[in-house]
This record gives sequence, structure tokens and C-alpha cells, in this order.
Amino acid sequence: MLVCLGLLGAAEEKRSGYDDAGPQVRAMQDDDLANPAFLWVQQGAAVWGQGCADCHGAVEGMRGVAARYPVVERGRVVNLEQRVNECRVERQGVAALAPEGEAMLGVTALIGLQSRGMAVAVDVSGPAAGHVARGEAFFRLRQGQLNLSCAQCHEQLAGQSLAGARIVQGHANAYPIYRLEWQGMGSLFRRLRACLTGVRAEVLGRDEGLLGDLELFLAARGAGLKVETPGVRP
Amino acid sequence: MVRPLLNVPREVRAGVAFEVRILIQHAMETGFRRDAMGMVVAQDIINRFECAVDGEEVFSATLHPAISANPYLAFSARLGRSGTMVLRWVDDRGGEGREEVSISVS
Ligand code: HEC
Ligand code: HEC
Repeated sequence: MLVCLGLLGAAEEKRSGYDDAGPQVRAMQDDDLANPAFLWVQQGAAVWGQGCADCHGAVEGMRGVAARYPVVERGRVVNLEQRVNECRVERQGVAALAPEGEAMLGVTALIGLQSRGMAVAVDVSGPAAGHVARGEAFFRLRQGQLNLSCAQCHEQLAGQSLAGARIVQGHANAYPIYRLEWQGMGSLFRRLRACLTGVRAEVLGRDEGLLGDLELFLAARGAGLKVETPGVRP
Repeated sequence: MVRPLLNVPREVRAGVAFEVRILIQHAMETGFRRDAMGMVVAQDIINRFECAVDGEEVFSATLHPAISANPYLAFSARLGRSGTMVLRWVDDRGGEGREEVSISVS
């Protein structure tokens, strides 16, 4: 009985992808000079200097912002990338940054970095609750030709291995990340798209409401984990 | 080319080894990969890296395929007097990078 309880306790403990990564990957994430994501962060700083700073001042003022994103506003979930482009288009009057482009990855990594070490704490009260519930339903839905749900891999099978890789709990606390397999940086959306195509399911559109719901649910599910942005993953 | 991330102390003690660390943004295309059309993607890697202080070589390396993208190099150096450290690298397409830092020795 006690043993059973012990196992349950271990299974419920939140582990970030960092905790399940190998020592080399962890060493890269631990050292800002060896973490290639900082090449993007440097570009993000250049973007910040071209207008964002005029209104927001030093980027250090963004401390805590990424830890409470995404947020619900006027009936939809808004993530950091969408917020940045909203500022660019509506407030700064310049073109939106391309998703997965170096400028967008750089500036979101830079903003995320300001919250590094803080606990993920999204607001799930009031109007957010419905979005979280929809995100969770999607997380538990079996889909694709493999007929697998996110939960099956990231809850039931977490800790086991798949084609040599360890199945992680699937938290979103380190995004955008530098992924060795990509030899580059990518957003949470890119990661989710990889998981969805992995089970040969239909991929959600980047701006689809359900994707926002899923991102909000993932953040709520990872509440308390430390923001690691910009993380390194295998 | 994007600026690399370079970490070199600006002040060092004479004869005492210090570390030079540099992270360079580069695809390091191996020449073994095929693109979506099945064509081999031409090799394009940083093939040479050199570091000199006032013209005198401190460290150099010839790089080969199978080094991951955005390579990270770290080496130690020791100086007897103040000088300007120049780090240079070239890739297969003739692209060049260069960084310069002055280091004072006490
Ligand atoms: C077949 C198993 C499988 C399914 C189903 C699956 N994933 Fe994943 N997921 C993985 C693997 C494997 C990784 C990568 C681990 C690594 O980084 O090496 C991953 C990574 C992730 C990550 C990133 C974790 C980190 O630390 O960076 C998130 C977030 C994630 N998945 C969410 C989801 C969501 C949401 C779904 C459902 C839409 C889903 N996954 C479905 C296997 C799966
Ligand atoms: C013309 C002024 C202006 C410019 C330029 C501007 N912003 Fe904003 N930004 C605002 C205002 C106003 C808000 C909403 C009020 C707030 O939450 O601080 C905001 C909100 C934000 C938020 C959300 C903050 C939060 O607490 O939720 C982020 C992130 C952000 N901006 C990033 C950027 C970035 C990145 C740029 C440059 C690409 C930029 N902004 C350019 C005025 C501006």
C-alpha cells in the first residue's frame, strides 16, 4: 500500500522537459553562453530597440509577463506572439513579425527570459475557465491515425521511452526553445504541430481558437513550474 | 551574418590562462542532407576559425562536417602584454565573420 502511494506521488510530481533531458542538454540550458537560443535573444534585443522600448522602456520591465501568459481577452486566448504583433500592427504601425521568424522568436524569447525562474501562474478564473476546459478536452481527445491523445503520451506514458527518446510530461514552460533536432529555435506551436503530425492528426491552425485554449490549458497544467525560457530540448 | 555571442575577459593577469568562449550562428550544412525535392544540399560549414592577438596566433581550428548548427567553441589563452584579440572564421561559401576585443593585461 505504502509503495503504491509512493509511486502515485512520483507520477504526479510535475517534471519539466529539462528534468527529463540528458546531462548535455541540461548543461547547454544552464549556460547562457553555450545555449544557442541566446543568439536569437540578441536579435530580439535589436527588435526591442526598434520601437518597443519607446513605449515600454527597458525590457526588464516585462518581468513576470511571460509567466502569466497566455491571457483571455474579449472571448479569446491571446499568447505572447499575438500580443507582440498586436503592438506592432495596432500601436507601432509596422508590419507583423512572421511566425517562426528570427525576429519573433527572438523578441518572445527575450520577453520570456525576463520571467525566467518565476513560477508559471496563468489566470484560470472567470471567463478563462471555459477555455481551460476546452483545452483539456482536446488534450484528452484521441486523435489521428494512431488514435492517441496528448494525455496518453504525456500522462500515462510519461517517463517511458519512444524510439529511444524519453516521453516527457509535455509542459510548455520553456518556450520558445532551441531544439537540437531542429538545429534551431521554434515556438510552442511548432512543437505542438510536431506532436499532432506525429500521431497523424489534423494540425490546428496557428490562430485557431482551440489552439489558444490548448495553450492556456498547458500553462494551467504546468502551474508552479519555473519558466525556463529560452529552454534547450533534444 | 548575425553577430556571434563572444565571452572574453577584458582584463586579465599576465601569464594566467583565461577562457575564450564563442557561439556562432551558422547552419553548418553537412552536404549529406537532401532537400524536399530530393536534391543534395551543398555543404556549407565554417571550415576555419582563427584567433590571434596583435597578429600572433593564439588558437586555430579546421572544422569538418558533422558539427552541429550554431557551433560553440571554447579554448584558453594566456597573454604576456595587452593587445587586441581578433577572431575570424570563414565558411564554404566564402562568408566571413570577425570580432575584435582589446584585452588589457596587468
Ligand atoms: C506519441 C506520443 C505523443 C503524443 C500523442 C503527443 N506528444 Fe507531445 N511530445 C512527445 C514527445 C516524444 C515529445 C518530445 C520530447 C523531447 O523533447 O525529446 C513531446 C513534446 C511535447 C511538448 C514539449 C515539452 C518540452 O519540455 O518542451 C509539449 C508541450 C507537448 N509535447 C504537448 C503535446 C500535446 C498538447 C499533444 C496533443 C495534441 C501531444 N503533445 C501529443 C510525444 C507525444
Ligand atoms: C505605441 C506604444 C507601444 C509600442 C510601440 C509597443 N507597445 Fe506593447 N503595449 C503597449 C500598450 C499600451 C500595452 C497594453 C498595456 C499594458 O499591458 O502595458 C502593451 C502591451 C504589451 C505586452 C503585454 C504586457 C502585459 O502585461 O500583458 C507585451 C508583451 C508588449 N506590449 C510587447 C511589445 C513589443 C515586443 C513591442 C515591439 C515590437 C511593443 N510592445 C511595442 C504599447 C506599445
